[in-house]
Amino acid sequence: MSVTPIQPPIPKLKREAIVSALKKGARVDGRGFEDFRPITIELNPIPRRSNGSALVKLGNTSILVGVKISVERPFPDRPSEGVLQVHAEFVPLASPSFEPGPPDENAVEVARVIDRCLRESKSIDLGELVIVPGKYSWSIYNDIYLLDHDGNVTDASTLASMAALNVARLPKLVSVENDQVKIDYGTMDKQLPVKLNVVTVTLVKIGGYILLDPNLDEEILAEAKVTVGIDSGGRIVGIQKSGGGLSVSELNYAVDTAIKKSRELLTLLEKALKTV
Amino acid sequence: MSGRPTLIGEDGLRHDNRRPDELRSIKMEVGVLKNADGSALVEFGNTKVIAAVYGPREPPAKYMLSPEKAIVRCRYHMAPFSTAERKSPAPSRREIELSKVIREALESAIFTELFPRSAIDIFIEVLQADGGTRTAGLTAASLALADAGIPMRDLIAAVAVGKIDGVIVLDIDELEDEYGEADMPVGMMPSLNQVVLLQLNGVMTREEFDAAMNLAVKGIFEVYRLQKEALSKKYMLYIEE
Amino acid sequence: MANIYVANRQIVKPGDLLAEGDDAIAGSYTYKVGGKVYGTVIGLAEVKENAVSIIPLEGVVVPREGDLVIGVVVGVGVTNWFIDIRAPYKAVLNAGEAIEQFNPLTDDIRKYFDIGDYVLAKVLIFDRSRGPILTTKAKGLGKIVEGLVIDVKPSRVPRIVGKRKTMVEALTSLTNCSMTVAVNGRIWIKCPNSLLEDIVIRAIRKIESEAHIPGLTDRIRRFIEDEKRRAGIP
Repeated sequence: MSVTPIQPPIPKLKREAIVSALKKGARVDGRGFEDFRPITIELNPIPRRSNGSALVKLGNTSILVGVKISVERPFPDRPSEGVLQVHAEFVPLASPSFEPGPPDENAVEVARVIDRCLRESKSIDLGELVIVPGKYSWSIYNDIYLLDHDGNVTDASTLASMAALNVARLPKLVSVENDQVKIDYGTMDKQLPVKLNVVTVTLVKIGGYILLDPNLDEEILAEAKVTVGIDSGGRIVGIQKSGGGLSVSELNYAVDTAIKKSRELLTLLEKALKTV
Repeated sequence: MSGRPTLIGEDGLRHDNRRPDELRSIKMEVGVLKNADGSALVEFGNTKVIAAVYGPREPPAKYMLSPEKAIVRCRYHMAPFSTAERKSPAPSRREIELSKVIREALESAIFTELFPRSAIDIFIEVLQADGGTRTAGLTAASLALADAGIPMRDLIAAVAVGKIDGVIVLDIDELEDEYGEADMPVGMMPSLNQVVLLQLNGVMTREEFDAAMNLAVKGIFEVYRLQKEALSKKYMLYIEE
Repeated sequence: MANIYVANRQIVKPGDLLAEGDDAIAGSYTYKVGGKVYGTVIGLAEVKENAVSIIPLEGVVVPREGDLVIGVVVGVGVTNWFIDIRAPYKAVLNAGEAIEQFNPLTDDIRKYFDIGDYVLAKVLIFDRSRGPILTTKAKGLGKIVEGLVIDVKPSRVPRIVGKRKTMVEALTSLTNCSMTVAVNGRIWIKCPNSLLEDIVIRAIRKIESEAHIPGLTDRIRRFIEDEKRRAGIP
């Protein structure tokens, strides 16, 4: 069951400062309406145990993604495809408002939105991940770990997932004989078949203004939020609106801005991946 | 892929002979449960959803209450017999997500500030699933809220549009969802031109998104008209007697 | 000049555009945004010049200070009772508001009201942060020990009472039953016999289901007279 979250109130002065800055065309942290916070991408911070990993900082929001790959039986309805699964954990060390326990609706939502964007865009060619149809295929587990929460977890998580999947390597397939596979999990081998990159761009509406990349205060104040998934071909590969309502023209503006700003994230990602 | 059905025939019609911009046959009935403060049954073709509202009432636990407004609790749930293969009654990740987006959509319509320290509970049960269950559920829940007399900015009307065989179509069913390229559920407060639920699962160009949104709005106004009719009907019956 | 789009007593629904214009006034159960007045509930429109309001046909009633309510005792503390009054909030009746010179050391308050008792009470204090707190100190208030209590939709109470009490007077004078109508949708009825009790209850149910149809008082009068004739009551 989904329940209205009871949030600690934002002090009135802080709220007024945010809104009055917006009226002057600025944000409290000095950004323009369409600016991202500073972004850093660190590749493979978990080199020994994960098949691929990335640490992304979006302002003070910090996301670690680890990819684990193993051989499993494919789903019966998709015998000639590998499996991709995205999960997210909002662990209690990331925020005073998080409690230990199974993923709550916010973590589930983030994971599912990213899962859909990757799946629908066919970012990873799951057909190349089959070893013996119906029997063996590669299962890719993309686990999102929120370490520090300062808003816009989705965009940071998508970026970290995409970076980790790009650097991830399959364990070495030693042999396939008589329907038996031998895997050397200790040796990293081929790269994942990443066909195109996907990013998400999130915007919120506060007091009638549409802002890119909200920090936590802005997110709590927001009347509505919309996340748009964009692939490297400029196509829309997913949308998720949350919170309250937006007019059709506000949505169109958000989608246009997302498409435009996705280029920045994709360029940043490609630049980081070149350093490998 | 083998065994993929043709979704748009040579005559331009869909597998169930609908035009691309045609809704399925829709039925709505308000006040279908005795115990609930408000209830509604909504059908889009073979999709059948029932919604019940309880409250505003005392929240089950003190820590849940807000001194500013009513909290809204919402569960979207699929009956085990509603799907082709039996669905486990335990809440799935999909149901957790949909409960959240539906709750947020409804919460944007309800005047929760009128009932501080109370809870409004909304239960949606999918009885038979054939595509568009979240939009049918949202449509039903909004009717149930109206039936419970809970003040709202507007009713919420919802429908899913999609892209199948490259064509943008209205009110997709399960087959079209499964084999199509995109599914886009949309919910609105039509009088206020506010989109309160929007998800896109699939790939669209910018132009296709525009076309899909326009088609969704068109469908939503028809669903809205049927909602108003269903609400009136509850009070018309007595006059005919 | 405001444009009014609804007629008096017309059934309106949430989101209906009721009126438009800078001088259009949004009355109860309506709201105004961008110069337009919309309805928020299903109900009957009431138009007075530029103002539109709605009499709701459904919904809970949040009682106000001074309102008469009938509650059920659902909990007993050391010095108070917890009372269900069919509102979103549980009401509290403190012993001092029910018993003269209450002494918690010697008095067992369950002797006065016990769990399951109906209590006729008045709302003493109720604001956004506190209450409702009840009192039974005035004349006629207290435990209900005879007759019966029926639940009706709280939104129907104004129709059951009627304008200037016309409806409740018709009901009581034609059936010789006494009736106490509480705002929280509970009615205490005392009748001379069970035939009349049955008729008055059915009349109340008829009001509940036909509250939105004009000419109700006359219809109810005819209904009671017909039913009495059928039952052979003069």
